[in-house]
Amino acid sequence: MPSDSQALTARGLSKRFGALRVLDDITLDVVGTSAVGIVGPNGAGKTTLLDLLAGATPADSGSVSLSGRDVSGLGAAARCRLGIGRTHQVPRPFGGMTVFENILVAATMGGRLRGSSANDNSLRALDATGMLELGNRRADTLGLLDRKRLELARALATGPSVLLLDEIAAGLTEPETDELVEHIKQLHAAGLTIIWIEHVVHALLRVAERLICLASGTIIADGGPQAVMNDPAVVDAYLGSAV
Amino acid sequence: MSVQRWTRVSLLFSGATAGIVVILALVPFWFGPNTTEKLTELFVLIILAAMWNALAGYAGLVSIGQQAFIGIGAYAVIVFTDHGINGYVAVVLAALFSGLISLPISLLVFRLRGGQFAIGTWVVAEIFRLLVTNDQSIGGGTGRSLDALNIYAPADRQAYTYWVALALMTALMLASFVLLRSRLGGALQAIRDDERAAESVGVPVARAKRIVFLLAAVGCGAAGAITMANTLTVTPDSIFGIQWTAYMIFMVLLGGLGTFEGPVLGALVLFGVQQEFQGSGSWYLVGLGAVAIAVTLVFPRGLWGALVDRFNIRLMPVGHTLRTLVSRRSES
Ligand SMILES: Nc1ncnc2c1ncn2[C@@H]1O[C@H](COP(=O)(O)OP(=O)(O)OP(=O)(O)O)[C@@H](O)[C@H]1O
Ligand SMILES: [Mg+2]
Repeated sequence: MPSDSQALTARGLSKRFGALRVLDDITLDVVGTSAVGIVGPNGAGKTTLLDLLAGATPADSGSVSLSGRDVSGLGAAARCRLGIGRTHQVPRPFGGMTVFENILVAATMGGRLRGSSANDNSLRALDATGMLELGNRRADTLGLLDRKRLELARALATGPSVLLLDEIAAGLTEPETDELVEHIKQLHAAGLTIIWIEHVVHALLRVAERLICLASGTIIADGGPQAVMNDPAVVDAYLGSAV
Repeated sequence: MSVQRWTRVSLLFSGATAGIVVILALVPFWFGPNTTEKLTELFVLIILAAMWNALAGYAGLVSIGQQAFIGIGAYAVIVFTDHGINGYVAVVLAALFSGLISLPISLLVFRLRGGQFAIGTWVVAEIFRLLVTNDQSIGGGTGRSLDALNIYAPADRQAYTYWVALALMTALMLASFVLLRSRLGGALQAIRDDERAAESVGVPVARAKRIVFLLAAVGCGAAGAITMANTLTVTPDSIFGIQWTAYMIFMVLLGGLGTFEGPVLGALVLFGVQQEFQGSGSWYLVGLGAVAIAVTLVFPRGLWGALVDRFNIRLMPVGHTLRTLVSRRSES
């Protein structure tokens, strides 16, 4: 059975929205400290899978465990406190708070820190994402790039062991993407388990050790990045959706 | 970088606030019952504004039914004194009782979001109004008067009521300051801005909401109980009336939603307006609405929000400011 080398495990996850079957019996084992990329055409169910792993959306059936502990019955907040951090595809800043306060909430709530250790940790997350200068800005005044940075900073401030990233590179320029990739590589080197959904495949391939392709709610390929990219089923799926 | 919460101005102001409370405590020795009765009304308004602001301005819980707790507080004083409890002890117990009642109510209304939540709280208030109206043992629709305080001479009574009101207001303002400044305050603002995102960073959403809802119920219950002791008579239609919500929204929007200081400013403005125009019937309410709309059009963040934007002052430090550390050359 799963040992502690299994950071995150999903068994038979399914989800439907009304008549639409979005995820169908997904089973997935993610080894601790690995970096897994998830690709797939639009509407494949990638974000939904992330939501089920993070507990943001309840699964219709199946289970999720974190380091061998079943977290299926827990909501997103409890899973976050146990070590699942995530970013949102469409950034969701706390608009009425400053950038620093956004991150501080994550450090005090998800990271369960208090006082100066919460402050220090938040400052570190702010620094690591290059946002120190923006600390006192109201989050609803940020542009897209900074909103994405804030998503990452907030997720990091919760002190995750598993980091779920949803299209964090989408819409970034080439140099911005490079900077982001370097940062994610560092996080990975520091021992974080990373699951990263991305359409910008060349960025993903610089970090991912393993690639999963999702199409129409099922895993159609799973393995080494190059092997998956060359898999005929994957090529078909992308051609079929004209992405 | 360092994180700054207190500034020289806010420290000075907090000291001044303590001084003001001491001076207010001496008022009954200098002024008569008319003054203390009026000031007690002001304290009630300040409590109500602070509570509605904590709910709507910080936690995003836009309730239009807080009069449920105002009414429960007022009627609890009657019921407790009917059972032989001292009138002023009953005022404090009534506030706590109101908080207790808020817990089962929260189970009901927290299932609702946004506009539905607002309507839901109003329905709850109306249900309590109907229950009280149909209960003859507490006076039914004609209401009741509070006899338990008649054991005191009228002038003494007014002073005691004033002191109890001042003490409750101070305690409630302190409680909300501590709460909103704590990490829970940040969690509440996160919920207000984006509930799902708040969950994703570990905020226990239901628990956080319940705590602020409880505080607001205790505060509104205290406001109702104080009003009962101040006016000595109550009818269900007035104490459970929606006009309370109109006052709360007026004070908070005018003063500055989601700022700690603004609602107090709003309460002072409403108090002043009430002294001038209270006799003018429904036109008075129309006037209030017009003023609120005009002010929020010119100053979208309220009077206090406009002052903060212009002068960057914070009297009560609820938020956080980052400061670049000044390097100390002499040390190197
Ligand atoms: N809350 C919802 N209610 C109804 N349908 C939904 C909901 N969320 C997602 N869907 C649908 O489920 C399908 C999968 O959506 P999902 O967002 O998981 O796809 P995705 O792989 O992340 O796509 P993209 O690459 O465009 O982000 C889509 O058809 C979407 O319209
Ligand atoms: Mg998606």
